[in-house]
Amino acid sequence: MNATRPCLDIQSLSAVLPNGARVLRSVSLSVQPGEVRALVGESGAGKTMIGKAVLGVLPPSVRVVEGDMLLEGEDLGRLQPKARRTLIGARTALIPQDPLTALNPSRRIGPQMTDRLVRILGWSGPRADARIRQLLDAVQIRDPDRVLKCYSHELSGGMRQRVLIAAAFAAEPRLIVADEPTTALDVTVQKQILRLIAQLQREHGTAILFVTHDLGVVAKISQKVSVLYAGKVVEETETAALFAAPQHPYTRALMAATPRYTDPFASLKPVDEAVLAGLASEIAAADQAWRRPHG
Amino acid sequence: MDEGRISRHGSGARLWLAGGWLLLASLAAIFAPLIAPQNPLAQDLMFERLPPFWMSGAEPGFWLGTDSLGRDLLSRLIFGARIALIVAFAAALAACLIGSTLGLIAGYFGGWADRIISRIVDVWMAFPPVLFAILLVAVLGTGLSSVIIAIAVIDWTRFCRVIRAETMGQARMDYVENARIAGYGRIGIMLREVLPNVVPSIVALLSLEMGIAVIVEAILSFVNLSISTDDPTWGGIIAEGRLSIHQAWWVLVFPLVTLILTVLSFSQFGEGLKARFDPVLR
Repeated sequence: MNATRPCLDIQSLSAVLPNGARVLRSVSLSVQPGEVRALVGESGAGKTMIGKAVLGVLPPSVRVVEGDMLLEGEDLGRLQPKARRTLIGARTALIPQDPLTALNPSRRIGPQMTDRLVRILGWSGPRADARIRQLLDAVQIRDPDRVLKCYSHELSGGMRQRVLIAAAFAAEPRLIVADEPTTALDVTVQKQILRLIAQLQREHGTAILFVTHDLGVVAKISQKVSVLYAGKVVEETETAALFAAPQHPYTRALMAATPRYTDPFASLKPVDEAVLAGLASEIAAADQAWRRPHG
Repeated sequence: MDEGRISRHGSGARLWLAGGWLLLASLAAIFAPLIAPQNPLAQDLMFERLPPFWMSGAEPGFWLGTDSLGRDLLSRLIFGARIALIVAFAAALAACLIGSTLGLIAGYFGGWADRIISRIVDVWMAFPPVLFAILLVAVLGTGLSSVIIAIAVIDWTRFCRVIRAETMGQARMDYVENARIAGYGRIGIMLREVLPNVVPSIVALLSLEMGIAVIVEAILSFVNLSISTDDPTWGGIIAEGRLSIHQAWWVLVFPLVTLILTVLSFSQFGEGLKARFDPVLR
């Protein structure tokens, strides 16, 4: 156990769909202050669900049936909805997957960014404005005056994502959930955006829960990593250790399936069938054990 | 880029033509007593069924001719515009207010609110609208306010359905989720984040609805259920024109043309406004 209190501590979190299927299977993970924890897995593994659960925006059909989430020691499950919203609003932020829909199309960028600082956190207008400009500068937007007056559709995808990163860091959150922030961008822009997130993260000491399906991104940005399959954490370790010696067969299969750009003509390899079969029985056994006490 | 330019010019011309006609009609309605060349109610059997000005037998001062009682058609159309436009604005605004509010609530909150509101809309839309209007006016009694209430009560569903669908689409966007995370309340998000994004649709629908209100008012006055028979209404003039179509076609044709131009202008004006004010289309 680490001496410092974790920024985010999730303890055996389970969530189910209305038909009883578990989308999260007793997930436990923690993010220490100032640490980047990657959450890696294929589509549908529940990576995004974990992020949404932390931020309190799970779809209405998904129900948390078990487990605790502690944000800086405060148990989110025990707070009144209003107090929980206030706490999440003040201490967390989201860098979303799709910068296209994450900005309100009918409001100019400037008011949209300052509004939150003024209305929710009670900052004065000039202070919020100065803060936003400082962060736009940090994400290397050279003409803030123009950008602040723009509507979101007038900016490129990369510019929008920069704006969203600036907005996420503006209120000095303790924890940022980055939900595949580079997936919707083209490869050259991805690299710049990753570098910006890493740089701001170091300067501000913000903890990040970084959701991605890209092991290359995991290696670049994170210190710790949790590998997720079908809503279950199959391996969790230091990022360096994971790449040096992956323990779980699924992790090894996932690494083998990662395309190598050094050999562009090699055919893509899917994850090994035998590994998936092994995982399926592992999960079935876990579900069996889980159902017994939970009915 | 070029295509955008062309469509913008197209919408500009459409906006100006439609807006011009509506402005003309509004000015005529407001200043009817000053503009109308004759008293619209004055009968003169010496001047019955005079043809419009370009035909032989026309009398100066009766530009569009007279009806079978010798009343000046142009003056009657100008005074008829008053009732048509009052009904258009009042009824469409009322329908818009009711329908948009309910649509926004149903679309944003979903769940039970949506189920209840949507079922009411389904039941409402099962009534044949014109018969519903006639029934309502029959119950409420004839008169300007009854016509306005009848149209609003029938047509709010149009707003409700469209705004509900638009709101549902917007509510699923990430910017709404982002606002939730930031700590905004649900009602605040609905009004500040979602509403501005459905306003272009509301404006377009509002304008369209004004045209529909003009038609419904004409239908009601055609069957003599609008307001007192003394005041000239477009529907009433059309009804009279229908009786004397073989002797005086102009009594039927001019109010019809006026009606069609007005309704068309309302719908085109709405579309033009939407194209101009929607930040994404712009």
